[in-house]
Parts: sequence; structure tokens; C-alpha cells
Amino acid sequence: MVCEMETDQIEEMDVEGLSSMWPEDVGTQADNQFNVGDSDTLKEVDIAEKHTMADLTRLPELMNTTDQGSSQLTNLVRQWEYMQDHAVRLLREELKILTRQREEAEAKELKIIEEHNFESQEPENVPVLDETSHLFRRFRQKKRDELVDRERVVIDEEFDTVAYWKQKALSLEKMLEASTERERRLIEKLNESLKTMESHSAPVEELTQNLKRAEGFLHFILQNAPIVMGHQDKDLRYLFIYNKFPSLREQDILGKTDVEIFHGGGVKESEDFKREVLEKGKASKREITFETELFGSKTFLIYVEPVYNKAKEKIGINYMGMEVTDQVRKREKMAKLREDNAVRKAMESELTKTIHITEETMRAKQMLATMSHEIRSPLSGVVGMAEILSTTKLDKEQRQLLNVMISSGDLVLQLINDILDLSKVESGVMKLEATKFRPREVVKHVLQTAAASLKKDLTLEGNIADEVPILVVGDVLRIRQILTNLISNAIKFTHRGKVGIKLQVISQPSFANEEQKETSVWICCDVYDTGIGIPENALPCLFKKYMQASADHARKYGGTGLGLAICKQLVELMGGQLTVTSQVNAGSTFTFILPYKVATSDDHSDDQDEFSDMVDHHQPEPDDTTEGYFQFKPLLGSIYSNGGSVTGNNFLPHKAMLTTPLKLTNGFVSDPSSNTGQSETVQVENGGYMDESRQNCCPESAHQYGNGNGRCSSKESESCSSSQASSEMESELTVSSPREEEKTETEVKETSQPKILLVEDNKINIMVAKSMMKQLGYTMDIANNGVEAINAVKDSSYDLVLMDVCMPVMDGLKATRLIRSYEESGNWEAAIEAGVDIKTSENDQACVPPTNRLPIVAMTANTLAESSEECYANGMDSFISKPVTLQKLKQCLQQYLQ
Amino acid sequence: MDSLAAQLQMQYRNYILSLYQQGFLDDQFTELKSLQDDGSPDFVAEVLSLFFDDCVKLVGNMARALDQTGTVDFSQVGASVHQLKDSSSSVGAKRVKGLCITFKELCEAKNYEGCVRCLQQVDIEYKTLKAKLLDMFMFEKQIVQAGGIIPQVDIN
Repeated sequence: MVCEMETDQIEEMDVEGLSSMWPEDVGTQADNQFNVGDSDTLKEVDIAEKHTMADLTRLPELMNTTDQGSSQLTNLVRQWEYMQDHAVRLLREELKILTRQREEAEAKELKIIEEHNFESQEPENVPVLDETSHLFRRFRQKKRDELVDRERVVIDEEFDTVAYWKQKALSLEKMLEASTERERRLIEKLNESLKTMESHSAPVEELTQNLKRAEGFLHFILQNAPIVMGHQDKDLRYLFIYNKFPSLREQDILGKTDVEIFHGGGVKESEDFKREVLEKGKASKREITFETELFGSKTFLIYVEPVYNKAKEKIGINYMGMEVTDQVRKREKMAKLREDNAVRKAMESELTKTIHITEETMRAKQMLATMSHEIRSPLSGVVGMAEILSTTKLDKEQRQLLNVMISSGDLVLQLINDILDLSKVESGVMKLEATKFRPREVVKHVLQTAAASLKKDLTLEGNIADEVPILVVGDVLRIRQILTNLISNAIKFTHRGKVGIKLQVISQPSFANEEQKETSVWICCDVYDTGIGIPENALPCLFKKYMQASADHARKYGGTGLGLAICKQLVELMGGQLTVTSQVNAGSTFTFILPYKVATSDDHSDDQDEFSDMVDHHQPEPDDTTEGYFQFKPLLGSIYSNGGSVTGNNFLPHKAMLTTPLKLTNGFVSDPSSNTGQSETVQVENGGYMDESRQNCCPESAHQYGNGNGRCSSKESESCSSSQASSEMESELTVSSPREEEKTETEVKETSQPKILLVEDNKINIMVAKSMMKQLGYTMDIANNGVEAINAVKDSSYDLVLMDVCMPVMDGLKATRLIRSYEESGNWEAAIEAGVDIKTSENDQACVPPTNRLPIVAMTANTLAESSEECYANGMDSFISKPVTLQKLKQCLQQYLQ
Repeated sequence: MDSLAAQLQMQYRNYILSLYQQGFLDDQFTELKSLQDDGSPDFVAEVLSLFFDDCVKLVGNMARALDQTGTVDFSQVGASVHQLKDSSSSVGAKRVKGLCITFKELCEAKNYEGCVRCLQQVDIEYKTLKAKLLDMFMFEKQIVQAGGIIPQVDIN
């Protein structure tokens, strides 16, 4: 195993200067920097070699048993074999040369012997010609020279003497000997060579060298890499490891498992991972962060592959880990940055949204303020007129009705204010008013008003304990609002039995603060009913805004769910507490406890005026101030009967506007599921212009609609009449039954039905407008463009024209101009000039100048091209902005058809 | 009221509310719904089918007018846009109406590219609305079949 230490200084990660995988201060210097240089290519390279630590007994075994190992061995063996082959071939060639030389030597010897024989047995012919013999000799000589390596036989004796031959034979023998000697040496050499060859035949040395070279390469490549490699057997015991942690020694690692060597986070995981790979038999990668005592926190990307032996059995794993701590850290940093970025972006968008919402809210508030103003001013008109009316001579019944009307009108006004003030309560801006009032009166009027709109067979009762002061100081309007809300709520959820208010003085509650303890009297007010009750789990959210006991209730009973929230906030604002107890199917009781200041007797003297201004214009009967018990019963039959008599024309222009706020006060919205069978589909349109006819038919309708529930007996005249009055108001304000509408329509037909002309080219608009007209109890004629409108106006007299501005053929402005021109001149010449094909009718009404100016109302789309100024300039009387709504239409009709 | 009807009613309410919240519809649609009564039980459906017929026709007109080679008669396109604006405003098709207003301005500015883009949007928008409203009617039908009444949805 190698432990290698880098001396590179640690640089910034970004600069890609890598710090060593292992810390620098571990390990011994002795382990470092070995020069090997045992390979050609690596000669000049310093290899920080530290031999891999391996279980040498096991490694060859491993090499032999695994495919990987054997393939490498095969390569080495093949290479060695090739080299051996080469050597053998060279040796063979040498051998061949030697053999040939020997053969030649033998041949020469033979020849010499032959020659000798020849010379001795049949002496050489003396050449006839010296020259030729000389030549022959020379040739022979040459031949001999060639064969015997220039070894010359020098014979001193004279040729062809015995001595000469003897000498020659001797020298030849010597040469032969030398040749034989050479031959022998050669053979010896050959044998020797063969012997060395044998001794060389073991490949180990060469293999070792090759291995060393391969290892050298690996070192060269891996010396600085933050890589750990290893092989573990199938029990995950290390057999081999490269680049171990420096302080670990061989015996610390080999034959041990990760778990035995290291301790800390990640070790188990890596062990499990290795085991998993071993089991699955599939190479795999994983990033594991180690948290060990030995080397601290480091992240490794680990690659593990299973190792098989030749029999395809798993025998262990190869494992390679690369240290990627820095990269992981960098990556995490990036992720964090990205996350931060996303969060910041989300926050930004959230902020923008909030800003947007705030702007929207402000706009909505502004609209609400405008609306409230719009609603309030006409309503104050109503109340003001009623007040003026109350100063005129009235009989007792009329006065009663008027009183209820005024007090209800006041209430409506206040309710509108209060709903708008809800936001003020929430923001803590709302101020309370301290006024003197009579609790009994308040209870009575609340019940009276509730009874008036009651359409169920319920008994409403009020019960005020004797000890409750006659006169107290508090914010009567808010208290009335709370009571009204609670009562209407109670009525809504009660189908039989009774609904009531009980007032009693109680001792100071625990939540009272110092200030309240002084002059206060605490009055507990119970609003109880025998209704459907509230399940316990719904109680907590009961006082939340826009929440009802359940979605089912919301569907069945309608309402905004705002009522109780307002009540609770108001009560708490006044320093009190609102609680509820309830039992399903038995009823609920809402209890609010409020502190009041008791009015001193000094105030009592002037309270009459003040009081009547504040609460009621009713001149109380003597016993009204002290009476402790009231009861009201529903008066279903007669609620529509006398309405006409108290409804002045002034009332009409405003009533449509009252519908919106009333939606919010639950009690005023009729309950479609109640057993009277009335449905809230139609806005009542009494049509003030036909007051007289209404009055005429009223007794009839009273009779007609007294459908069995009528309790309008003379005995209950007071409650009856007040109910009637309130009912009238109620019906004016909100809804009426379809039958009521029919009645109105028949009435309309009896009198002169106003003639209305709608000039409009858009089919859809026509359809919608027609339907609205029908709802309002009118019919109308249609003209599709200006020309048609002129013809229609010429042929019949209309009470009102609704004129679209932008139309094909002839637009509304031009048509209006032409109609006005006719009204002035009495003839249609201008129109004819303008190219309108005026059809002359037989009785030629067109020539008779009209007596009245025809009201023409423009319908504009509020664009620049259709400005109101232009409408007025062209002779129109007013305009409705599109889209036309029932309310706008109604207002318009009220304005022009009276 | 059985639970299925109640559930459907709940879903219906939410669906209608979502249509308002997503700006498909505005108060005028509420107005339209309030006009429907026993005397004209299919009033809304009738108006809407008229409206969508109108849409098909007008969008077709606009497309033809814009498809002219050479000079495009923007006043012709504008006339159709105006009509569509009128109609959509009447039925409370808020998004279509809003688009028409932009469209009108683009027409007046004789912005051909803008007009074409707007036309495509109008086409998509009214078709989307149609699909949504068909779903709404389906819902109503299912509620009635389940024996429930179609709830009034208070969008405030």
C-alpha cells in the first residue's frame, strides 16, 4: 500500500489546486519519495513510490483465480513466450552455421585424405606444361585457402620428395587437429549455451520486470490522485489496498473489514454498500461522506465492482474511492446559493403580491367608501322625509308605522356605517359613543323589527328583569346592531318555538378592568332560541369572519357569516364578552355581558328629547318605559296589504340601493327554505307612479295573501301595524314573492303601461335588457338602429327611449339629434334630409308636434368615443354605462317614468 | 338533501367562485343569473349560446378582415371588436371584454401585429370560457339530477 504525501500548498478550491487527500502531518517521511526509474518511459520521472501493500500469499492466488488476474498473466506469458521463441530461433541459426562449418571441415578432411591417397598411390601426373601444372596448383591452393581460413601450409622441403610429403602430412594432421579442437569447442559452447538457455527459461524475472513497469505506470499516473483502491474478499476483508491512510500499517488493514478499521459516520454505509454490490453482482457508484476520528469529514465517490473467479463465483470486490469533499462542498454551496436565490425571489414576488393586494384593498376600500356614501345619502333622504312626515297630522296608527319606519331607516343607516366600520374596529380606530338609552325600548324595537320580517311561525319575546335600570349610558346603536344581528341569526336557524331576549343585571364579571368597576352596571343579555343548535365542534369558528357552523349550513341558510364576527368585535370593543352555549336540535343561547353607566337622575329631565332623537321617534306610552315583557307573533298574511299607503314616491329611487348592504345583515334576507314558499328572486318594483291603483287593490291582496297564517287580528293591532310597516319596508328593500310580482304586473296592465323603446343592435344586449325589463315589470319595443328608432318614434309615442350610442346604419347620437330636431320643428325633414326613409303613416301623426320632450337615455360603453358630454351635446337626457344592470335600469326608469 | 347533491353543490360553488377569481366572469354574469327565474329557466343558457354564436361569427369576421392582402380595413375589424366587446360586457365575460378593449386600441393604432395577436388570444379566451361554462351547466344538470337545487353563489 502506498501512502503518498503531497507537498503542494493548499489553495483555493476554485483554482483547482488540490490539497492532498490525506492530511499532511500524518505519516513518516520515510515513506515518501522513492526513486524507481525502472522503466524506459519513466526514467526521468520521480515516482513517489511506496509499494503497494498486498497480501502476497493471497495475491498470486487471486491472480490465478480471477479472470482479470489471469488475463494479465496470459499477456505476460505470451510476451515471454514470444521472446523465448526469438531467442531459440537465433540459437538455431547459430547452430546451423556451426553445423555447416563442421560439415565443410569434414569434407575438407576427407578431401585431404583422398588427396593424400591420390598423391601417395598414384602420384600426381607431372604436368606436361609447367605452366598448367602451376596453374592447377595455384587453383588448388586457392581452394584450400578458402576452406581452411587462409591457413597456409608452409613446407620447406622440396616438392615431391619423401620429406616433403611427410612434412605435408604432418602439417595437415596438425590442421585437422586444430579443426577438430575448434569443433569440439564449438560443441562445448553450444552445450553451454543450451544450458544457459535452460537456466533462463523461468519467466519470473521478466514477469517481475514487466509487473514493475506496469506498476511504475500506475504510480506515475496515480501518485498525486486522491484515490484509494482496494480489493476485498467476499467477507469484505482487505486483501489489497492502495493509498491507504498514512498512519495505518499493513497489519492494521489487511485481512480486516472497514468496520474493524474505521469508526464513525459513513463506515457502516460504505460497508453496506459494498455488501449490496457483492450481493447484486452489479458494479455501482455511490457518494458517501465519512465522519471518522481518523481523517475527519471526507466525502468519497466510491466505485465498487464485484470480482468473479473463473467459475463465475463471486470472490470479492474491487473498490475505488475518489475523494470529492471539495466538490461536494462546492456543490452544496451552490445549491445553498441557488436555494437562497429562490427564497429571495419568492420573497420578492410575495412582496410584490402583498403590495398588489394592499393596493387592491385600498381601491376596494375607496370603492366601499364611495358606495357607502351613495347609499347613505339617499337613505338619509328617506329618513329625513319620514321625519318631516312625522311632524304632520297623523292618526295614531300612521304615527306608529312612521316611527318604526324611521327607526328602521336609522338602523339601516347605522348598519351600513357599522359594516364599513368593521375595518375600523379591527384597526382600532372605531370610537364608541356614549348616549343615554332605555334598554327596554331597544329590546322592544329590535323584536318589533324582527317580527315584521318574520315569515315563520315563531314567537318573539323580550324579558327584562326589574332591576335593569330604566335609563343607561352606552353606545345604543352598536348594542342595537348586536341585538339585531343575534336575533336575526336566531330566527334564521329556528323553525318553530320561540326566540327571545332576556336582560338581567349581574355582578361584576371577572374580566372587568379597574375603570369599568367604578360606575358600571353589568347587564347580561341572553338571546335564546329553540332552533337547530350548533354542534360543539363548530363553536370555536363561530365568531370567525365568513365562517358558519358548517358548509352545509352556509348553503342552506345563506348569509355572509359576518354577523357574529361583527357582534363579537363590537362587544369586545365595548369591554364586554360574547359567549355562546348550544345544544344540537334544542337551541342556542348567545350571551353578551356589557358594562353600562347608569344615567344619573339629573340627566333624566332632559332625556326625553335626546332620547327621541337618538333611538326612536315613537312617543312612548307611559308603561313602555317600565314594561318588562313583550311578545310578538308573526303576521304572515297582511304584510303586503297596506304598503302603498305609507310609501311615498320619494321612497322609490332609493330602495334599490338598499339591497346591497342588507345582504350583510342576515335577518333581512328572506330564507328560501322557509315554509312560506317565497323565493328571493325578484326585486320588488312597486312603481310609485301607480300608487292609487295599488291602494285600490290592497284590501283585496290582503285578503288574497292571508294564506292561513294571518294573525292580523284587531286585538294585536299594535304589533300588527308595526309589523306591517316594517314588512313593507322589508319588502321594499329586499324581496317579494313571484306572486307579488304578478300582482304588480297585473296592476301595471290595468293602468297605462309606459311605452319604452330600446334601440340596440346587439342581440345579446337586447335579450338581457328585455329580461331585466320583464323583471321590473315592463315590456318594451326594440329598434335595431337609429333609422328604425326614428321610425318607431314617429309611429308611436314613447315614454322613454334607451339608446345605444354605437350602432350600424345610424348611430344613437345622430338619431337623437334627428328626434330632437323633430320635437322642435314638428316635422321630420331633418331626418329625411339625412337619408332616413320615413314611412308616412295614414293618420300622419308625424306632422303633429309633440308636446313633451321625449326622455332619451344613452347607453354608453364608457369609451372616449362615447363620452357623456357628447351624449348631452346631442340631446340626450342622461346615460347608463354599459353593461346595463338591473339596478341601473331601475334607477333610470324610476327617474323618467314618474 | 342527500350527500351527493350536497357535495355537488359544494363543488359547484367552488367552481363558480374559481371562475370569478380567475377573472373569467364578473358581476354582470351574476346579474345575468339573477335574471333567470321560473319564467325563463334557460335564460342564461340562451344568452350564452347567443353570445358564443356571436363570438364565432365576429372572430371569423375579424380574421377575414385581418387576412386581407394589401391594406387592412381596421375600421371593419374595429366594428367587430366593438360588437364583441358589447356582447362580452353584457354577459360578464370579463377576460374577453378586457381583451376586446386592448384589441380596440390596437385597431385604432392600426397595429397589425398586435391585432393578429389579440385575435388569437380572443379566440383562445372565448373557447376557454365556453368550455368552462359548459362544465358549469353540466354541474347544474348533475345537481338537479341528484335532487338538489342549484345554489346561489354569493361571489362577495
